[in-house]
Formats: sequence, C-alpha cells, structure tokens
Amino acid sequence: MNGYIPLADWVETAVDYILIHCKGFFDVLKAIIWFAWFNVEEVLAFIPWWALVVLLALVAWRYAGRNVAILTFLGLLFLQGLGVWDGMVRTLSLVITAVVFCIVLGIPLGIWAARSDLVHAIVRPVLDFMQTMPSFVYLIPALMLFGLGPVPALISIVIFAMPPLVRLTDLGIRQVSPSLLEAARAFGSTPNQILTKVQLPLALPTIMTGVNQAIMLALSMSVIASMIGAGGLGDEVLYGITRVQVGRGFVGGISIVIVAVVLDRMTQGIRQRWREKEV
Amino acid sequence: MSTAKIEVKNLVKIFGDHPQKALALLKDGYSKEEIFSQTRQTVAIADVSFEVRAGEIFVLMGLSGSGKSTILRCLNRLIEPTSGSILIDEEDITRISEQQLREVRRKKVGMVFQQFALFPHRTVLENAAYGLEVQGVPKNDREERAKATLETVGLQGWEHAYPSQLSGGMQQRVGLARALVCDPDILLMDEAFSGLDPLIRREMHDELLALQDRMNKTIVFVTHDLDEALKLGDRIALLKDGAIQQIGTPEEILMNPANEYVARFVEDVDVSKVLTAEGIMKEPGHVLSHKDGPHVALRLMRENGRSSLFVVDRGRRLVGLVTADAAFEAAERGQPDLTGVLVRDIPTARPDTCIVELIPVLAETKYPVAVTDDNGRLLGVVVRGALLAGLAKKGEEKAS
Repeated sequence: MNGYIPLADWVETAVDYILIHCKGFFDVLKAIIWFAWFNVEEVLAFIPWWALVVLLALVAWRYAGRNVAILTFLGLLFLQGLGVWDGMVRTLSLVITAVVFCIVLGIPLGIWAARSDLVHAIVRPVLDFMQTMPSFVYLIPALMLFGLGPVPALISIVIFAMPPLVRLTDLGIRQVSPSLLEAARAFGSTPNQILTKVQLPLALPTIMTGVNQAIMLALSMSVIASMIGAGGLGDEVLYGITRVQVGRGFVGGISIVIVAVVLDRMTQGIRQRWREKEV
Repeated sequence: MSTAKIEVKNLVKIFGDHPQKALALLKDGYSKEEIFSQTRQTVAIADVSFEVRAGEIFVLMGLSGSGKSTILRCLNRLIEPTSGSILIDEEDITRISEQQLREVRRKKVGMVFQQFALFPHRTVLENAAYGLEVQGVPKNDREERAKATLETVGLQGWEHAYPSQLSGGMQQRVGLARALVCDPDILLMDEAFSGLDPLIRREMHDELLALQDRMNKTIVFVTHDLDEALKLGDRIALLKDGAIQQIGTPEEILMNPANEYVARFVEDVDVSKVLTAEGIMKEPGHVLSHKDGPHVALRLMRENGRSSLFVVDRGRRLVGLVTADAAFEAAERGQPDLTGVLVRDIPTARPDTCIVELIPVLAETKYPVAVTDDNGRLLGVVVRGALLAGLAKKGEEKAS
C-alpha cells in the first residue's frame, strides 16, 4: 500500500470528520433503526415456536398455495429440530426490518427515478457503485459510525439489498407502454392518477421481483454482517469458520438455505398471483 | 350542421430542439427538406387550416408520415402545437392551462386508439369507466354508466373479462365505450380500425355509422385507407408532407381532384361504390300533378321530348309515373285525369344510394329511377345515360 494517491488517508479523514460533526444525526438514526428492529425481534420472539410455524405455513397457504405451505411447515420444523430456532428468529427479524426499510426508501426512490431523467441519471451510477462494491467493504464504515451490533448490520444489509428494488421499480414503471400513458393522458388523468392507476399497477409484478431480490440479498448479507455483531444464523457459520467446526458451519449453512427457499417461494407465489390476474 | 365545432388555423408542428428557427424559415417559404438540411428540425405539420362542423365525420387521410396523426394529437394537445390556434367551441385550447386542458379532455373530447391502448390490468368495465374514475365519479354511478355504454357497443355480459380475453374487434369496442362514457361532443379516432380483419372492420364501420346516426357526435377520423375514408367521411382532408392537398366530400375528391397527387391517390377507386345517386341525378324537369288530364301530359311530353313523366302531389311527393302510351290510351278513352293509367310501382332511390346498387335496378326496369328524400319528395331522376356518363367521365380522366 505505497501508492501515490493517498485515497485511504482521505477516506479516513472524511469518516473522522463525519464522526465528530454528525454524531447527533447518527445517534438519532441509530435509535430509529434500533427501535424498528427491536420491536420486530420482540414480536417474533414472543410467539411460541410452534405457533410461528403454523402461522407462517398459513400465510404461505393463503398467498402461495399448498405446496409452499407444506414446504414452509416442514422446513421450519427441521430448523427447530436442529436447535437453531433463536438464530432463525434473529435472522428473520433482521431480514424483515431491512426489507421494510428497503421498501420504504427504495420504491419511492425508484418512482422518482422513473419520472425524472435527471434523478435516473444520478441514481443509476450510485446503484452500480453500491452493487459492485464488495459487500465486506460496507462493514467498515458501518462499524465505525455505529459500532457493533444489529444497527450497523442493518445499515449494511439495507445498502446491499436496496439497489435491485430501486432499479426494478424504475424499470417496471418505465416499461409501461407509452401508448397506455397517452391514453391515460387523453382522458384527462393528472400525473398522480397516471402513476397510481396505470403505472404502478402495471409495474407491480416487476416491483415484486425487486422485493423478492431484496429479501434474498438481505438474507445473504445478514450472514456476512454477523462479523459486525448481527447475530443469528450467520453466527453459526462464523463459528464454524473461525473454530474450524465443519459440522456447525454446515448446520448454519443448511439453515440459511431453508430460510432462503421458504422466503423465496412465498414471495414468488405472491408475485405469481398478480401476474395471473392480468393474463 | 354548418357551425364549426373545431377550427384549426395555421397549425404548425415542428419536431426538434429549436422549432423557432425552423418556424421562421417555414414562414419565409422554405420547403420541408431545405429546413431539415439547414436546421435539423422536422416539419411535421406545415401551416394547416381547416374546420370541422358539428355532427360531421371529418376524415384526415394520408400515407404514413403525412402528419395526420400528429394533427389529431394536436387537437387535444397530446402533442403541443408549435404555432397556430385550435378553437373548440370557439375556445382556443392552445392557450388554456393544464388544469383547463384536463377538463376539456375529460368532458369534451374522447379518443380511440389504433392499437386499442386498453389497460391490461383492468376489466372491461373498469376500462370503460376510466374516464369517469379520473373525474372522481362515485363507483356505483360510474359503473352503471359504463355498463350502459358497453351495452350500446354490444358488449353486455363481458364486463368482468380482461381485455386480453377479447378479440381485436371486441377490444376496440371497449376502446369506443371508454371514449363514449363521458358523453363527449367530439370523438378523435386514430386509425381506430386499421388493426382489424377486413370483415370485422367493415362491421365496425357500419356500427360506427349507426352509432353516429343516434348520437350525432363530431368525429375526426384518421386513416390511411382511402376506402375507409370514402365510406365514413362526410368530408375528407387529404394530406401530404404535413400539408392539406384537398378538402371536400368524397365525391368532390373523386370527381374533381385538386391536383396531380390527389388524382393519383384516388385513381384506383371503384367509382361505382362511391358515386351516389345524388351525384349523377338530373333535374326531374316538368312533373305532372295527379289532377292533370292526359292531354296536358301528352303535350308536356311532346314539348320536352320525353317518353314518360313523374306525377307528384301538392307537397311534391312522388305519386307515380305516366308513360306516353298510357297517356295516349287515357286520352282515347276520354278519361278526365291520369289516376287510371298511373304506374305506382316504380323504382326509387335515395340521394345517398351508391351507383353499384343502382346498376341492377336500372338494368331491370324500363322506367327512369326517381330519387326521393326521406319524406318521399321528388329530388331528381337517374336515367341509364346519366349513370354511364358518370362512370365514363371518371374513366376518361384515368385514361388521359
């Protein structure tokens, strides 16, 4: 590391500066994120494990059909049997909280980018940057700004999981046929009516793909974020690596796969519902 | 009929980043090509003026790139005109605010699109009700009105289907219902039937004309198909390179093309399908009252060199026809009037009857065909010679 350009020094200076001058802002942000996550975790932990299994299976049945319901039921029972239930609850709470933040921030940003070419031109390279940057790199500033624990983990998860949702919202809206927009205008729709009555409903399947992507990415990032104290199933994998316990690492890995498959099937099922209505 | 519903004055549309530069050149009389090579701006509509009368079907016709669809979209400002004015009910819509423009689009001007442009995520009923929905009409109310409109276009029973479940013709009926649901005075139709099979298309033409009879809208219809224009149009504007070549009734365009381009455009038309009885009929000349005697009839025939005369009542309504032979016979027998020898069962036609329908009638009868209006009043007469002359005139033009 003996380059001519002291980029590393600059970044450190910048982070130091932010740490000193924006402490209040980050404290508030931390409190908000922590509060949101804590409530989700509390609720999930409060429900007895068997009740949560039945509840999730029923949700799967309602929105994604019988097969997914059976898959959910058996998968969750297996996790309970492996003894990683508490880890699963922690991971689930992180993923749910992160995805809610992604939706609340990402969809409006995607809509904005779809309606303004300027915003689109600014957002796109930022998203490219966020997506191509190795996920480990997020951990460092998050760690410096927020310390260890679920909050910096959530921040890095949101940053990692949000880009495809923004991108697909933007894309979904822009893909709506110009002739439909013209028709909507011809009948005297306001720009907001065009958005809510034509663009968003037609972009919904694409946006749901984005939500599905966000969930999957959040899950994978939650494993990496266990290095900065995210906790959950990622811890099992981390222990497995650091202590060379192959079995424990495998249990962690297979548990994550099960959670991933269940979440994926559920959101795919919901998306399929929407599609079918149209065709 | 004669009041102008839409008045377009000196409409210009230039596509490009610097329309004002091109506009100045256009005013100086430069051609489209010269303007493009100098400024890289495309003149889509070059100084077009016309008016559309209330209750007529006005057809904008031309090949692709002639600017017809652009003109149509200027009428409700889906495309902003570069200069000129567009008056709808004497209000210049190029000068009104976005808010007022939305009101015009909601209440006054309905539109039907070439590829139907139905909303795929909405049912037929929700599509038809769209115009009311954006106006904030309560759900029950708007669904009731949409249902009624769907019925007028023959789609009852399909309310809860999605557009993708319907055939092309039915989809365009939904498009028509969506445009009609707000009961606008004006209907803009952009190649509305071009995407349909010929058979379905003909059916839709007839239905549109039937609807128009009942509703009496002002319709601006864009098409590239001359047959369609001739069939639907009360008047036709023929466009080329964003300029109007000729405006006139179908017959005027066919019989008196304004220039070489129009003449070439219409040369392949089967005249017998377009030319109407009104266009080739002659003045009926002298007619007889049913109280006239046979001697009067014979004298009139002799003086006018006719072998038969029409007989009308006091309201000039057609009663029948008297031939020279019959009048002679009546005179011989000393009958005081013509009632005994009147031929009442004679062929008649309406002014808008096509020649193609008249040919078999004329071939079978030995009498001239009387042209009467809806009340039975005698307007004119068509004889074989006039029909042949009408067809021949067109033929000569083609040959020369």
